[in-house]
Amino acid sequence: MNYSDTSIAATTPFLGLENVRKSYPGVVALDGFSMEVRPGEVIGLVGENGAGKSTLMKILGGVTRPDSGIITVDGVAHDGLSVEGSLGSGIAFVHQELNLFENLDVAANIFFGREPLRGGPLRLVDRARLREMVAPLLKRVGANFSADTPVADLSLAQQQMVEIAKALSIKARLVILDEPTSSLPIAETDKLLDVIKALKADGISVIFISHRLHEVERVADRVVVLRDGMLAGTLPKSAINHDQMVKLMIGRMLKEREKASEAARAPGATALSAKAVRTPAYPARPVDLDVRRGEILGLAGLVGSGRTELARVFFGIDSTLGGALELDGKPLVLGSAADAVAHGIFLVPEDRKLTGILLDLSIAQNISLPDLPAHAKRQLVSAKAETVTAEKQKKDLGIKAPSVQTRTGTLSGGNQQKVVLGKWLAMNPRVMILDEPTRGIDIGAKAEIYGLMRALADAGVAVLMISSDMEEVIGVSDRIAVMHEGQISGILDKEQFSQENVLLLAVGKKPN
Amino acid sequence: MSKKDLGLLILILVVGAVVAIINPRFLLPINLANTSNLIGLFGILSIGQAFVIITGGIELSVGSVVALLGTLFIDFIAVRGLGWPIALPLILVLGGIIGLVHGWLITRLKLQPFVVTLCGLLIYRGVARFYTADGTAGFGFGQNFPELEFLTAGRSWGVPNSFIALIVIAIVMWVVLHRSVFGRYLYAIGKNEEAAKYSGIRTGRVVMAAYVICGVLTALSAIYFAMYTRSISPASHGQFYELYAIAAAVLGGFSLRGGEGSLVGVILGTVLLQELQNLVNLLGIPSSLNFAVMGGVILIGVLVDQQWGVFRARRLMLDASRKGAVAAE
Ligand SMILES: Nc1ncnc2c1ncn2[C@@H]1O[C@H](COP(=O)(O)OP(=O)(O)OP(=O)(O)O)[C@@H](O)[C@H]1O
Ligand SMILES: [Mg+2]
Repeated sequence: MNYSDTSIAATTPFLGLENVRKSYPGVVALDGFSMEVRPGEVIGLVGENGAGKSTLMKILGGVTRPDSGIITVDGVAHDGLSVEGSLGSGIAFVHQELNLFENLDVAANIFFGREPLRGGPLRLVDRARLREMVAPLLKRVGANFSADTPVADLSLAQQQMVEIAKALSIKARLVILDEPTSSLPIAETDKLLDVIKALKADGISVIFISHRLHEVERVADRVVVLRDGMLAGTLPKSAINHDQMVKLMIGRMLKEREKASEAARAPGATALSAKAVRTPAYPARPVDLDVRRGEILGLAGLVGSGRTELARVFFGIDSTLGGALELDGKPLVLGSAADAVAHGIFLVPEDRKLTGILLDLSIAQNISLPDLPAHAKRQLVSAKAETVTAEKQKKDLGIKAPSVQTRTGTLSGGNQQKVVLGKWLAMNPRVMILDEPTRGIDIGAKAEIYGLMRALADAGVAVLMISSDMEEVIGVSDRIAVMHEGQISGILDKEQFSQENVLLLAVGKKPN
Repeated sequence: MSKKDLGLLILILVVGAVVAIINPRFLLPINLANTSNLIGLFGILSIGQAFVIITGGIELSVGSVVALLGTLFIDFIAVRGLGWPIALPLILVLGGIIGLVHGWLITRLKLQPFVVTLCGLLIYRGVARFYTADGTAGFGFGQNFPELEFLTAGRSWGVPNSFIALIVIAIVMWVVLHRSVFGRYLYAIGKNEEAAKYSGIRTGRVVMAAYVICGVLTALSAIYFAMYTRSISPASHGQFYELYAIAAAVLGGFSLRGGEGSLVGVILGTVLLQELQNLVNLLGIPSSLNFAVMGGVILIGVLVDQQWGVFRARRLMLDASRKGAVAAE
C-alpha cells in the first residue's frame, strides 16, 4: 500500500505539546514530553505497557490536567485542556476501554447528548433524522449492523466500530485511536486502516496507538516512541520499521523470538474434550473439540463465531445445552466456574475490566482471589502469603507497578492483563484457556506470554488460545481449530498453517 | 481504624460534649447505661444488615422479623412453657432459615433483594399479628427467667450485658469481615460480582451466607428487644428498625452499591444514631422531630464524607505532582 508522502513539513502544526509532565501517586506517567501534530498527518504512537500513551491521550482529551507543560492548539498556548475545550478544537477520541451505554442502541450512543430534535416543547428525538445522520458514519467504518441494534447485542469489535463512528460524528480535526485494533480480527483491522486512510485524505490528523507494530508500519507517516513517560525518539516515514520501533521502545534489540521448538512434538493425551457440545450462542450447532496435553491449540475464527461462548462453557460459566464434556477421559460436569477452577481449568477472559480483575482490589488481592484458602490459616487471610505469591508473579510477568499493594484500577491496560494471567499462573493449571491473551500487551511482554504458554504446554498443560491476531495464531499454536458460525469448520496441523487456510475456514470454506 | 471512622468518632465525641454541656444529665450513669443498652440492641441488628449491604444487597424485613421472632420467643417461653435454653437456639435457627430463604430467592431465582425483603417485611408483620390475633404477647404476672434476664437485660459492673454482647459479636464479626476468606469474598462480590465469579468464587453461596448471618443476628436482637420491652404488640413492635440499621451502615461509610464499609464504621454509626435520639430527649426537642433530626444528620454526614473524599483525592494528586517535580530537579 502506498500512502502519498505529501510534504507535511511545510504546514504549521495544529497541535503542540511542550514539556508535559503528569504524575500519579508513586509513578511519573509523563516526564517532560513534547510532540506536535500537523494537519492530515497520521502519527503512530508506540511504547511499552505503562509508557504513558493513554495518559498522554487523556491530557489531550481534557480528561486529566498535566502537572506542568504547555499545550498549544492553533497557536494558542494552554496549560491544560478541558473536555469541552478539547472537543471544541476538534479533538475526537476513541478510548482504549470502551465507553458505551449498553442499554441504548447504536444511533443513540453515537449522538448521545446531541440528538437531533423535533421542534416543539416536548423536545422529542427526531428518530428518522437520527438514523439518516448515523447511516453514513456506520458506512464509513464499514459496519455490518444497523443503527437500531442495542449495543449490548454487539461484539467487542462491533462496539469498537461504534466508538469510532462516534468520534467521526463530531467535526473532528484530530482523531485519537487508543489501541483500536486490539480486539479486532484481521479483516476488520484492514477496514479500520482504510478508515484512517480516508480520514487522512480529508485532511484530518490521526494519532494511532497500537501494540501491533506491523499496523503502525502500514499507516503511520511518523512514529513517536514513548519510553517511561519520555520521548524515546521519532521516526520519519522512511525510517519506520519494526526493529527500529522495538529498539526505541525497549531501549535494546529484542532477540528474535526463538521459533517454537520446531521438533515435531508427540501429541499428548486428550485433556479437555467437547463431545457434540451445544452452547447458548448457537444452540443448533454441536461442537466437537479435543485439547491435548502439552499442546497449544489455537482457536481462530471471525468475531461472533462462538469462540468465547465455547470458552465460557469450558469454564462452567454457561451450561451446555446438550452433549458432554470430558476431562482426561472422564465425564466432566461443571455447575459453575468454581467447579472448573477446582478441576484446574482456568480462563483468562476477553473482557478484563468486567470479568478479568477487580479494579478496586490490589494486585496481590486479585492474584490470591481464586486460591484464597491457600493464602489463609484457619480461614484467616495472611497478607504476607498474598504478598509473596503476588511478588513472584509481578517479577515473572514484569508487572509494572509501584508495589503489589497498588490498586489494579490504576495500572495501564497491559499490566492489568498481566495480573489476570498472574492469578492463574500462581495455581496449577491442567487446562488453560486464554481468550485474546495478548490484547493490549506490548511486544516485549507478548513474547514473554508466548514463552509462558509454551512453558505451560511443555509442563503438560493443555492450552487453548482464542485469538483474532493471525500472526499470533500461526506463530504460537501447535494446531489451529477454526470456528465458523458456531461450529468447528476445520482443524489445521502445523504443515497446513497459512493465513489463507485460516481465513478460508473462518468463512466456512475448505482449506487448500 | 480508618480516617473515615476516626472522623465519625470525633463527631460522636463533639456531639456528646455539646449535649453534656447543655444538659449535664447526659452523663448520668443511668442515662449512659440506658443509651448503651440501646446501642447494644440496635448494634447487633445493624451488623447483620451490614453483611448484606456489603454484597450490594439490602434487607428490609428486619423490623418485621424482630416483631415476629420476638412474639414467638415470648410465646414459647411464657405460654408454651418451653425452656429458654431450647427456645433461644430455636429462634436463632428460625432467623437463619428466614435469611436462607431470602438468599435463595435472590441468588437462585435472581429476584432483586429489595423486592424479596420488601415482601418479607409485609409477610412477617402480617404473620406476627395473625399469630397473636392482633393482641399483645407478654409475660404473665410474676413470671421470671432470672438467668435469661441477667444475660439480656442485666448489667455487669454497671455495663448493660446487651452492650457487652455487642462488643463480643462485633469483635468476632470484625475478624470475619476484615480478616477471613469469607470476608474477602464478600468485598469482592460487592465490588464486582461477575469478576468474582470468574475468579472461581461460588458467589451464590457466599451471598446466601450473608443473608443467613443477617437473619441470625436479627433473631438474636429480636430476643434482646423482647426481653427489653417484656411485652410485644406485633402491629408496631420493631417498626422502622430496618431503617435504623441501614442508616447506621450508611453513616458508618457503607455504600449501598456494595463492596465498601467497615465493621467499626457500622458500630460508630449506631452509636451516633442513639446519641442523637438521646439528644432529642435531653434537649427538649419535640420528639415528633425525632426522625427529622436523624434524617438531617445522615444527609449531612454523607455529604461531608463525599466532599472530604473529593478533597483528599485532589490533595493526593497535588502531593504526588509536587514530589515528582522535586524528584525531577
Ligand atoms: N489514575 C491513575 N492513578 C495512578 N496511576 C495511574 C493512573 N493512570 C495511569 N497511571 C499510571 O501511569 C503510567 C502510565 O499509564 P498509561 O495508561 O498511560 O500507559 P500506556 O502507555 O497507555 O500503557 P498500555 O499500553 O498498557 O495501555 C502507568 O504506570 C500507570 O500505572
Ligand atoms: Mg493505554
